[in-house]
Amino acid sequence: MSDAATSHGHDNHTPTGWRRYVYSTNHKDIGTMYLIFAIIAGIIGSGMSVVFRMELAEPGNQILGGDNHMFNVLITAHGLIMIFFMVMPAMIGGFGNWIVPLMIGAPDMAFPRMNNISFWLLIPSFALLLASPFVAGVSETQTGVGGGWTLYAPLSGKVAQPGPAVDLAIFALHLAGASSILGAANFITTILNMRTPGMTLHKMPLFVWSILVTAFLLLLSLPVLAGAITMLLTDRNFGTTFFNPAGGGDPILFQHLFWFFGHPEVYILILPGFGIVSQVVSTFSRKPVFGYLGMAYAMVSIGVVGFIVWAHHMYTVGLDVDTKAYFTAATMVIAVPTGIKIFSWIATMWGGSIEFKTPMLWAIGFIFLFTVGGVTGVVLANAGVDAALHDTYYVVAHFHYVLSLGAVFAIFSGFYYWLPKMCGREYSEFLGKLHFWVTFIGVNIVFFPQHFLGLAGMPRRIPDYPDAYAGWNAISSYGSYISAFGVLIFLFMLFKTFSSGAKVGNNPWGEGANTLEWTLSSPPPFHSFDELPKIK
Amino acid sequence: MRLNKILSAISSIGAGLTCGLVGTSALASSSTPWQKSFQPAVTTVMEDIVEFHDLLLVIITLTTIFVLILLLYTMWRFSAKRNPIPSKTTHHATLEMVWTIVPVIILVVIAVPSFKLLYKADVVPKADMTVKAIGNQWYWQYEYPDHGKFGFAANMIPDNELAKFGKDNNIKNPKRLLETDTEVVVPVNTTIRVQVTANDVLHAWAMPAFGVKIDAVPGRLNQTWFNANKEGTYYGQCSELCGVNHGFMPIKVKVVSKAAFAAWVTEQRKAAGLLPMTTERRDVAKLNNSAR
Repeated sequence: MSDAATSHGHDNHTPTGWRRYVYSTNHKDIGTMYLIFAIIAGIIGSGMSVVFRMELAEPGNQILGGDNHMFNVLITAHGLIMIFFMVMPAMIGGFGNWIVPLMIGAPDMAFPRMNNISFWLLIPSFALLLASPFVAGVSETQTGVGGGWTLYAPLSGKVAQPGPAVDLAIFALHLAGASSILGAANFITTILNMRTPGMTLHKMPLFVWSILVTAFLLLLSLPVLAGAITMLLTDRNFGTTFFNPAGGGDPILFQHLFWFFGHPEVYILILPGFGIVSQVVSTFSRKPVFGYLGMAYAMVSIGVVGFIVWAHHMYTVGLDVDTKAYFTAATMVIAVPTGIKIFSWIATMWGGSIEFKTPMLWAIGFIFLFTVGGVTGVVLANAGVDAALHDTYYVVAHFHYVLSLGAVFAIFSGFYYWLPKMCGREYSEFLGKLHFWVTFIGVNIVFFPQHFLGLAGMPRRIPDYPDAYAGWNAISSYGSYISAFGVLIFLFMLFKTFSSGAKVGNNPWGEGANTLEWTLSSPPPFHSFDELPKIK
Repeated sequence: MRLNKILSAISSIGAGLTCGLVGTSALASSSTPWQKSFQPAVTTVMEDIVEFHDLLLVIITLTTIFVLILLLYTMWRFSAKRNPIPSKTTHHATLEMVWTIVPVIILVVIAVPSFKLLYKADVVPKADMTVKAIGNQWYWQYEYPDHGKFGFAANMIPDNELAKFGKDNNIKNPKRLLETDTEVVVPVNTTIRVQVTANDVLHAWAMPAFGVKIDAVPGRLNQTWFNANKEGTYYGQCSELCGVNHGFMPIKVKVVSKAAFAAWVTEQRKAAGLLPMTTERRDVAKLNNSAR
């Protein structure tokens, strides 16, 4: 080793300019980039939803001028963007990267360079997906992927969509999947090996638990998706017939593989939210989490059971009746640990001294709306009833209540909770609360009427509908405009925070916030812990 | 159910205020404006689905209201103003047992009727006749294998031809996006096996009033069944994303008397160049064997 290397160790070693971000191996900078990425992707994805809600505002053709393929492209992109480029980067890449090492008292992630590639793989991935609408899809003139985010074969096959748009989407998912697998390996290693002395697994904050379970789900499920879409790719381009019955394949095989990934995926989207809400509820109730071990192992059991319920997405494909009975039973079991979590959050608040700051509003909103989405999940779990509800707007309402109103509320809760920590500035409580109320009202107006549409039999993914469905669709569309206004308030709040937010100290939330990140300055120093903090 | 009554009372007020009431013909069943629940059931399976869903709706509504009240009470009672000193309680074994076991009991209560419904709906009873539905981009083909294998395609009537279609076929309010040029005709009170497959991509044959939805999968022959107990015209829509015109391949089923069905079969056979099935009217239930 040369002298330069020795002196290197005394250097503060803070890269500047573009190198600080592009070459970044710092979990906080990478987390920041993930969050910015998620905000941009979220604006694009929710913008698309406003466009197709405008199309659906009235019967007949509205703004898409009868381009039904474009409608399919929009709903496909909306789903993929919101899942892979908004919720996952925000929760796992953003908050996971920023907060997990701080919470466990680690100096950084276990594999900082791998962390860098995890983030930078997302950029080409997103670019590929955004490029797909500009190349041939169904035909030269009908460009983009129109097969839904599930990419079901044979609609995603060479005959139905011969253009390269589907191939671009497949590559986008390959890259996003590789990014997430690397990230998952990084989190597992970090959490299992780099906890500060004294922090046993059973002393870890619940957010860390949630990221640990999520990372295992990612690691085990994403390779299956990668396999499925690779088989789709070879079916499309190299003459294999995995999903083509003419060659001995089976379209249903794709669905089994997809949902073996897809169902754990929906828990990947919500589990970090559980973790965030646990931290926020505990902080603002000034009380430790009620039933900590039950909460942690409820997440573990949701993760485990999440792997054996996938075919409840496939009740109408022609499964054997006993298979349906099994998946009905297994799916309903998930309600039990989920109930434990809901009641434990309320019990955490019970007896507390609750302050209704913005993050707490989002967390309470989450608890209630996730309950609404959860109970309709219990309805849909029953294969018998599902015959009436499968592929209707009831399903759309259900999964938006758990994701758009569940996961997204958790993200905003975490965002407002850690924003002072991450940027060192106070946000405006007024704007934060306004953002909450506008969003709360907006999304409920969007999605509650969709339950009625689903019960009345309106299929999902249709660009125009029989006139009887006009009323609730109009209301739903108005809700979408209100929610979009909420996004503008959020952006304005961000602008105000960075332009004129007051500086904050280490811990703006008081005694309730007792995890390690609040012992550091806001924002934390480039290298978080000079000495490992000790946990008694 | 009282809850349903209240809900529908509220909504009918809303519907009356917001839009002119659209009269629905007694013989046609499809969705109505501002509808909030299922379409009227015309099979026992759908009746069971509605009944089971009513039970579920009560359970989930009570659960949600319980959680909401608990949340609101906690927010009120334990706000920082009212309760400045937080308690330090973090465990309560009995309470945790209760909120684990009570949901399990509720789920068992749900599971029993759920399985009953599932096995009733899913196991096809001895069928009187078979209709085959084949999904294509973007129309349905139908075959009547028990009646001499005649078949036809059913295409949606586009918006600009709807008025003419209504006039030609004497339909007062033809339903946009739901009317088809030909329709599936089946006899009332007859157990009908529906075999479903597809030629190109996935589709799904769905008929809300019957409680039937089954995917049409290339290379697979799926089956389901129904036994409609009321004559009338019923509408459904393709329920699996199948490409550009997924929203425009509706399903229209006309349930007629057995006599009318026999007459229709004769007419179809004549059009297909086949001899009439029989010279005299016969019970449709017996038709299927003689047809082979």
